[in-house]
Amino acid sequence: MAATAALCRLSRLGSYSFKRSRGLIFNRVQSRGIAACIDPSIGLTDEQKEFQKVAFDFAANEMAPHMAEWDQNEMFPVETMRKAAQLGFGGIYVQPEVGGSGLSRLDTSIIFEALSTGCASTTAYISIHNMCAWMIDTFGSNELREKFCPDLCSMEKFASYCLTEPGSGSDAASLLTNAKLQGDHYVLNGSKAFISGGGDTDVYVVMCRTGGKGPKGISCVVVEKGTPGLSFGKKEKKVGWNSQPTRAVIFEDCAVPVTNRLGVEGQGFNIAMKGLNGGRINIASCSLGAAHASVQLARDHLCIRKQFGETLSNSQFLQFKLAEMATRLVASRLMVRQAAVALQEDRPDAVALCSMAKLFATDECFSICNQALQMHGGYGYLKDYAVQQFVRDIRVHQILEGTNEVMRMIIARNLLTES
Amino acid sequence: MAARVLVGVKRVIDYAVKIRVKPDNTGVVTDGVKHSMNPFCEIAVEEAVRLKEKKLVKEVVAVSCGPQQVQETIRTALAMGADRGIHVEVSGKDYDTLGPLQVSKILAALAKKEEASLVILGKQGTFASEVTIDGDKIKVIREIDGGLETIKINMPAVVTADLRLNTPRYATLPNIMKAKKKKIASVKPGELGVDLTSRLEVLRVEEPAQRQAGVKVETVEDLVGKLKEAGRI
Repeated sequence: MAATAALCRLSRLGSYSFKRSRGLIFNRVQSRGIAACIDPSIGLTDEQKEFQKVAFDFAANEMAPHMAEWDQNEMFPVETMRKAAQLGFGGIYVQPEVGGSGLSRLDTSIIFEALSTGCASTTAYISIHNMCAWMIDTFGSNELREKFCPDLCSMEKFASYCLTEPGSGSDAASLLTNAKLQGDHYVLNGSKAFISGGGDTDVYVVMCRTGGKGPKGISCVVVEKGTPGLSFGKKEKKVGWNSQPTRAVIFEDCAVPVTNRLGVEGQGFNIAMKGLNGGRINIASCSLGAAHASVQLARDHLCIRKQFGETLSNSQFLQFKLAEMATRLVASRLMVRQAAVALQEDRPDAVALCSMAKLFATDECFSICNQALQMHGGYGYLKDYAVQQFVRDIRVHQILEGTNEVMRMIIARNLLTES
Repeated sequence: MAARVLVGVKRVIDYAVKIRVKPDNTGVVTDGVKHSMNPFCEIAVEEAVRLKEKKLVKEVVAVSCGPQQVQETIRTALAMGADRGIHVEVSGKDYDTLGPLQVSKILAALAKKEEASLVILGKQGTFASEVTIDGDKIKVIREIDGGLETIKINMPAVVTADLRLNTPRYATLPNIMKAKKKKIASVKPGELGVDLTSRLEVLRVEEPAQRQAGVKVETVEDLVGKLKEAGRI
């Protein structure tokens, strides 16, 4: 697995004298997560450690060597993601009877955290895909589940989550995409913005208005690519997340069978939010992985780089900075894992905990990656070094799946509502 | 058709960890250090599982010698496709002094007890770069200095795996969960009739000497002169 492939690579990369190749070597070797106190396998069961090991090996072998190329050339790594799906990563918390792996939210968090050390952007897309597969598995009719879930779990088909519109982001419940009932079809009119995978994916989980204003008028339908009336905007140019295409999704008299609806009419907003609870843990987990990788990279750089006659690792300021980064990483990880457990146990505080975890982890981890970049000095700003890509890729985690401001709204509401 | 393959898997310090010598020079630091399956053992397991998938063998048994922790390594082999595991319990002082001689006695005793026709191990030894089973003989292609050599051997046989034999598979999530239900039997060396006393004693462990700076010379005569000075010729 990782060992033999990396050994072959190491034996072929003779000279260590170039700063650049050293950076790239450390890019790969470090992904095995060695440093003691931030070891992400602490406290896990033997089985979870096995899952994590597979994910780490996959990230180090199949993702890390390509993450820069995927970013620079804006490539959607379909083949690599399908390889991941063969290992069971396509529907991690989808039920096994429709092709999923049937694991818990905590198992899922551990897996995404490990995969993210290989490429945060691709892992984030895989997590969105997983969220859509789960929504269909949980709220779809048996026909819908059997029609879509097996292909989604194997990544024969890819999925996108369509909630946000040009006029409704944080105020998601005010969405305008209309779904008028005509016979046995809904006819959709409207557009969605910022859809991850949009245009390249096959299955769209769309929140649309079937009833009156507000959240209770919203339903959720599954729309397949190729349906007449479904089209896409231009591919957006982004600061990060470049291994996944982002496009507007446009509906013009797009007819969707009523049988493609998930749940009942008016349940759509509820389904969307339930999907997002898990999605928030997954995105936070991706931030954790990126931060973990960045701390390793910074640590290794401090041990090599010399200024003023000694290695940077002798500077007390940098030692303290590294210690703070490590502490915040572990704190974030604990919050995310705790939230995952609360969600899988369906506890009443789960929604608030997921919001807290997403808020805390995405903010802290971005700060950690940013500081790791600073520690690299000028080299940190070069695209030859992975740390800048982690910074760019996870910056958006503070914005999507509910901005961190909306997370505060959810937490405040939990605190101020009389129970 | 060969019934059973025994695969030896060893739990070693992870290949990516920087090895440090203990301050008292009695060995290397292993406490709290990340361990995993020896990469060559991974290749051995992969080969055994492939033979089973080709229906050339019926059962793959993974064996490891050591303390409780080696069960993790056996589980990894099970997740890759081995059918069951055997944990030979060796701990404490016995584990510290466990050397190749003792392990080979254990494996030989187990191979006899389990009636294994084939034992596959990570190299060193006869390095196989390709293994096929032909009736009741095994055809092994191995890399030697001059090129490739093909040999046919009778079973039972011992084959060791070289780097280029195969690329080990990733365990899949479903296989990891199935591995939980597979059995790992515990066996004591005494039950196999193996005596663990070591004939070796470790006197001291040291790091390799730091690489010294070289010296540049202008002419061949200078070079010969310097070599004579250093007593090399």
